[in-house]
Amino acid sequence: MPTLTPEELDAIRLSLRVAVVATIFSLPFGIAVAYVLARCRFPGRFLLNALVLLPLILPPVVTGYVLLRLFGTKGPIGHWLAEALGIVLAFRWTGAALACAIMGFPLMVRAIQLTIEAVDIGLEQAAATLGASRFWVFATVTLPLILPGIIAGAILAFARAMGEFGATITFVSNIPGETQTLPTLIYTFTQVPGGDASALKLTLISIVIAFAAIFASEAVARAVSRRVRSQ
Amino acid sequence: MTLNVEARTRLGVFLLDAGFATEGGVTAIFGRSGSGKTTLINIIAGLVRPEHGRVVLDKEVLLDTAQGIDMPAYRRRIGYVFQEGRLFPHLNVRQNLLYGRWFAADDIGQESFDAVVEMLALGALLKRGTAKLSGGEKQRVAIGRALLASPRLLLMDEPLSSLDHQRKLEVVPYLERLRDQADVPIIYVSHSVPEVARLATTVVLIEDGKIVASGPTSQMMKRMTVIENQI
Repeated sequence: MPTLTPEELDAIRLSLRVAVVATIFSLPFGIAVAYVLARCRFPGRFLLNALVLLPLILPPVVTGYVLLRLFGTKGPIGHWLAEALGIVLAFRWTGAALACAIMGFPLMVRAIQLTIEAVDIGLEQAAATLGASRFWVFATVTLPLILPGIIAGAILAFARAMGEFGATITFVSNIPGETQTLPTLIYTFTQVPGGDASALKLTLISIVIAFAAIFASEAVARAVSRRVRSQ
Repeated sequence: MTLNVEARTRLGVFLLDAGFATEGGVTAIFGRSGSGKTTLINIIAGLVRPEHGRVVLDKEVLLDTAQGIDMPAYRRRIGYVFQEGRLFPHLNVRQNLLYGRWFAADDIGQESFDAVVEMLALGALLKRGTAKLSGGEKQRVAIGRALLASPRLLLMDEPLSSLDHQRKLEVVPYLERLRDQADVPIIYVSHSVPEVARLATTVVLIEDGKIVASGPTSQMMKRMTVIENQI
């Protein structure tokens, strides 16, 4: 096992933190948007769907630039956040998490939406006739049934966050210790003379993390579907 | 118990324009497939909202489109046994049976749980998953689940139609016990003359969305046979 420099360790830790925070914070929104897209028919649904999918199709650098214009300290949302709540996202690791969350959002929503569409509405009606209000129907019937989809969506978003490069570097730059994630550090090494060995080492580490994430997701998905089916 | 139902609604080219009243016992709604039987009891349950209609149960107005009253299904306390059982796949038999109790205003107590389990012979199935039940067992659990939510009225939508002849014979005695032991008025939707003859006290005949006759079962036998022979 090759030894890691503090800089490299920082980048690995930061990448994991950014990906975990991005996934956890986007999950409630992902479930809500997926539910709305799967179940509600309203004018503007097409627009919402397009908006969610946009980061998947746009070049990541464009998404990053839009975030910078909106959430930068001089941007309309960023200015308000800084003034009213003291939250600054631009050039901070929290901004990297926002960028990763938005880049992973379409994958998360899609995975969850598909499982919601597969839920038999008849089961929800049955729950209603047994006295469950809409909230309780969702909490006790819909949510347990779509759990495999939620886990799949979360893992896709996490994986996307681990690999995010374009939007991150555009929005929060590549600051060691603050916003320098694994991909941006690899990029840095490829740009300096003699950086090849380090770039390769980090590449291998990326591959190991990716494998671990895939194995973990498979294990969790299997456990959940076994639990759902065996009952 | 008194129930008054009037509903008029268009579903595509089909027009449902039906009304009836009943005072308890087992009321069969008898008619061909597509005559509007299921729609009619979905309106009673609150799962379908008609364009015009009024549903009054024991002087309580559950639906009155003219006055803008539409009590949601979960507050009506009307049990529903669906054609296909609709058991919750992520819960075992016991959990399915107890589902309605979470939401019941007054706790029904262990005694009635045991009584329902006894009446429907569910004791050996309690720990089983719903996937491991036969069709007849599923319907017995569905009946128990609806009963344990302590409904004021029990709707049954062709609960035997998804079963083969042997399974039907297996479940019918339980339906008779339900009629004779459980103190719940039942509305029983069916297109089977033998079933209705065996179970119902009153019959309401429906044809092409309209009620054409109603009366005690013995007086309706001839007309039911005529309708059945047209199928």
